[in-house]
Amino acid sequence: MEERRSGLEPPAGAPGPDFVTETADVGPNPIVSKLREWEPRAVAEVIAFRGETTIVVPREFLRRAAEYLANAPEFDFKLLSDITGVDRFPVEPRFELNYHLVSISQRARLRLRVRVPGSDPLADSVTPVWPTANWHEREIFDLFGVRFEGHPDLTRILLPENWEGHPLRKDFPTEGSR
Amino acid sequence: MTTVLTATGESKTMILNMGPQHPSTHGVLRVVLELDGETVVKARPDVGYLHTGIEKTGEALTYSQAITITDRLDYLAPLSNNLCYCLAVEKLLAIEPPPRAKYARVLLTELTRIGSHLVWLGSHALDLGAMTVFLYCFREREELLKILEMVSGQRMMTSYFRIGGLALEPPPGWLDRVDRFLRLFHSRLPEYETLLTDNRIWHARTKGVGVISAEDAIALGVTGPVLRSTGVAYDVRKAFPYAGYEEFDFAVPTSTDGDCYARYLLRVAEMRESEKIIRQAMEKIPAEGPIKADAPGIVPPQREKMKTEMEALIHHFKIFTEGFAPPVGEVYQTIESPRGELGFFVASDGSPKPYRMKVRAPSFVNLQALPKLVEGRLLADVVACIGTIDIILGEVDR
Repeated sequence: MEERRSGLEPPAGAPGPDFVTETADVGPNPIVSKLREWEPRAVAEVIAFRGETTIVVPREFLRRAAEYLANAPEFDFKLLSDITGVDRFPVEPRFELNYHLVSISQRARLRLRVRVPGSDPLADSVTPVWPTANWHEREIFDLFGVRFEGHPDLTRILLPENWEGHPLRKDFPTEGSR
Repeated sequence: MTTVLTATGESKTMILNMGPQHPSTHGVLRVVLELDGETVVKARPDVGYLHTGIEKTGEALTYSQAITITDRLDYLAPLSNNLCYCLAVEKLLAIEPPPRAKYARVLLTELTRIGSHLVWLGSHALDLGAMTVFLYCFREREELLKILEMVSGQRMMTSYFRIGGLALEPPPGWLDRVDRFLRLFHSRLPEYETLLTDNRIWHARTKGVGVISAEDAIALGVTGPVLRSTGVAYDVRKAFPYAGYEEFDFAVPTSTDGDCYARYLLRVAEMRESEKIIRQAMEKIPAEGPIKADAPGIVPPQREKMKTEMEALIHHFKIFTEGFAPPVGEVYQTIESPRGELGFFVASDGSPKPYRMKVRAPSFVNLQALPKLVEGRLLADVVACIGTIDIILGEVDR
């Protein structure tokens, strides 16, 4: 396990591109069906695991899907709880952005997921939709090196400005001198 | 922006660095303030001074070992962090703690909520010049820490909740100790209120200060008492119950004023609600029974079993040498910490270490609302506003 985490080259037997972290599309979900009705191309994949629903959205639909989910009264996902970056190195597209949405009026939770390739780590900023995304996106930029288009102030937030590299990437060395 | 005339006849604003070493920033927070006279034109919080890479460290520890670093996030409510992390991993593993552990968790988490609110009340009052309250609050908190020490062996970095239950059997007589504390606390809480609630100086420093609207608060992701002070009754314990909170009867105090005074009243009311929850938990908690889930290979076996059963011995060895591997998948678990919605995102790749452990720190998100609270107000109000958000830098910077 250790080698897979610190090595730069994928070792023999490492999961290939078909490394599946989720179950197949399951069961009818009213949120999913409404989103499909609105724009079929916005739903690339639906994952259900431990009672949590994840909708994988193609990168180009993120901003529009976010606006729709936040403003449509039947969803009312006004509260963006969190954005989490995950690095799936060496799998491509390597970066995953997980947007955890909460609807206070509907008592619902939803996770949007966008996959971002390592060769072009760029996604649309959702700060205009949820102002709270400002710091979350800065943190992901800081620790993963994913850039957000349309972000008002994309600077490092936790690390010093002159820091080199992005520590939460899996190929960032965890020991030895850099 | 209004302009001021200085002695030389120019109009200009001044940049003032508040912190990172300033007693009222509660740690190492730096706020860059643009001042026009004594009025704040612009405020920009600068965080990261306490960044220790807790999320990255978590990726190198096994699921059980990672509990110890969750204590260090919000060090005033370590049990809330323990609880949230354990619930997330338990969700991943699909296991549940036995009833005795379940109610003990609720009881102790609410005790830490009282402890955290006491520190908040004391330090917030101290920031605004009321020193007595600080001494009283710490007197009561001391009793509370003694209970935590009695139960877990540690005053602050408890790590008492473990995946599948509790670390240790609670000592005999601990509920009497909790009862004694509650009776004492119940009689002393009105004493703090007599010091502040109708105090004219306290009113002047907090009423109408740091006002935020419900729309702004939700847009900025603000949760906890700050959101509830704007009239939104969002409490994760009620909205998305966890750890058995659906069985408890308690109210979610709200206010519509949205100012520092409202948040003071709310936190005091929340302490009373926590007291109610603890009383109920004391009735519900069974006197006998297991404190760990029956999950071989995940929860360490009992000492006696290890001496008589080969399998238990093997499990014990494997848990402590390589850990256990949950199924592949991701979960996001949130709880209502004293500061707001605390969340843990745990991703498993099927190895014994979390592939990714992300903390949704309520302090980090709530701090983003600071400019909204202070801009256009006096410099002295910045102190009140930082205090009222109740940030913990360990959690902000992680």
